[in-house]
Amino acid sequence: MAEEEVKLHGAWGSPFSKRVEFALKLKGIHYHYIEEEVLTKNKSPELLKYNPVHKKIPVLLHKGRPIAESQVILEYIDETWKGYPILPQEPYERATARFWARFIDEKCWPSVWSSFSEGKKEEAIENLKLLEKELEGKKFFGGEKIGFVDIVANFIAYWVPLIEEATGKQLLGEEFPALCRWKDEYVSSAVIKEHLPSRDKLVAHFRARFPSN
Amino acid sequence: MAKGEVKLLGSWPSPYVMRARIALNLKSVEYEFLEEKLGVKSELLLKSNPVHKKIPVLLHHSKPICESLVIVQYIDEVWSSGPAILPSDPYDRAVARFWASYVDEKFFPALRALPMAQGKEAMEAAMHPVKEGLALLEDAYANHSKGGPFFGGGQISYLDVAFGCFLGVIRVSEKVTGVALINEHTTPGLAGWAEEFCAHPAVEDVMPDTDKLTEFINRIIKMKSQSPN
Repeated sequence: MAEEEVKLHGAWGSPFSKRVEFALKLKGIHYHYIEEEVLTKNKSPELLKYNPVHKKIPVLLHKGRPIAESQVILEYIDETWKGYPILPQEPYERATARFWARFIDEKCWPSVWSSFSEGKKEEAIENLKLLEKELEGKKFFGGEKIGFVDIVANFIAYWVPLIEEATGKQLLGEEFPALCRWKDEYVSSAVIKEHLPSRDKLVAHFRARFPSN
Repeated sequence: MAKGEVKLLGSWPSPYVMRARIALNLKSVEYEFLEEKLGVKSELLLKSNPVHKKIPVLLHHSKPICESLVIVQYIDEVWSSGPAILPSDPYDRAVARFWASYVDEKFFPALRALPMAQGKEAMEAAMHPVKEGLALLEDAYANHSKGGPFFGGGQISYLDVAFGCFLGVIRVSEKVTGVALINEHTTPGLAGWAEEFCAHPAVEDVMPDTDKLTEFINRIIKMKSQSPN
């Protein structure tokens, strides 16, 4: 596949954008990356053309055709390019992975964000406890290797600790031994560690985003 | 053809449960339908879906699968000898998943608010995002149905199931508001599609009767207005 055949419109600090980059890197796919200025809301005409419904990154372009929504993109990548398997092969395991991926985006993500922006920790803690239980006894959600759920849960592994540092508020405490161990394994694993966004830039961004009271 | 024991926990009014039933019907899978009573969650439901405590839950060889679109994809993958629910091409699959996600995250929350809107102003405000959503779905139908009659083309497919399950609620909303949300003028594609979808053998027995569903939704609204929170 020629590099120009695969393009990604993303944003340097977005965990959703990074999900797609992790998947592409794990599969060894070359792609052309286009940075979108999402923070200034200065969206490129291409982004508005390729994702008119949501006007959001990430958008993957393959052979000129756009795919939007990070989980949809991950499944597309897994189905289009062989090699490193992102989703499990067995149907029940696939259903389980999809279930937890949905849970992470529909419940975890909003509750974690609220816990930092509004100080409402309870729901986030409850949701993280469910993930903790799912992870128990496993190196990654995907088993021995990083899989679909790990990629989707990326913000817990890297972004949440940086928000904790920026705000001085802890969320991933010692009641989450499996998640704490997992996040360290995740961010230090071969492909992931080379493609994480700048730590300092993110901490600075979160200091401004969540001013301490 | 049943591949071992198949049970579905659900209830007749639920569009999400309908998705699972349509998928099972498309694959000609025999299953036991366990109807949950309104306001009471069975022990089996609480045990099978401890995270969300919601229907539908598919039980296959007693193993639970939760979340309606996860269930539909599971059914498609397990009963692979039946007609395919998801398209075979990865790009078409991505398009179907994108729009199914849109229906769940944007369209249905707007639609659900419509029968609850009290008064002319509130109703008009609630109508706006629903009409916008239907216009987008009309476009999606025009762009991807390859002549139709279904979103999946000649065969009913994933997006038909994901969106079509809400036709019952759409019809109730049309009845309550007196506005034809899907009609020949603004959404000609969807108008034709809706008729074909509801007449499909896998759908006709599980699509609720509009009057019965209206009565049910009114009961829910009454229950909510009487509850303390």
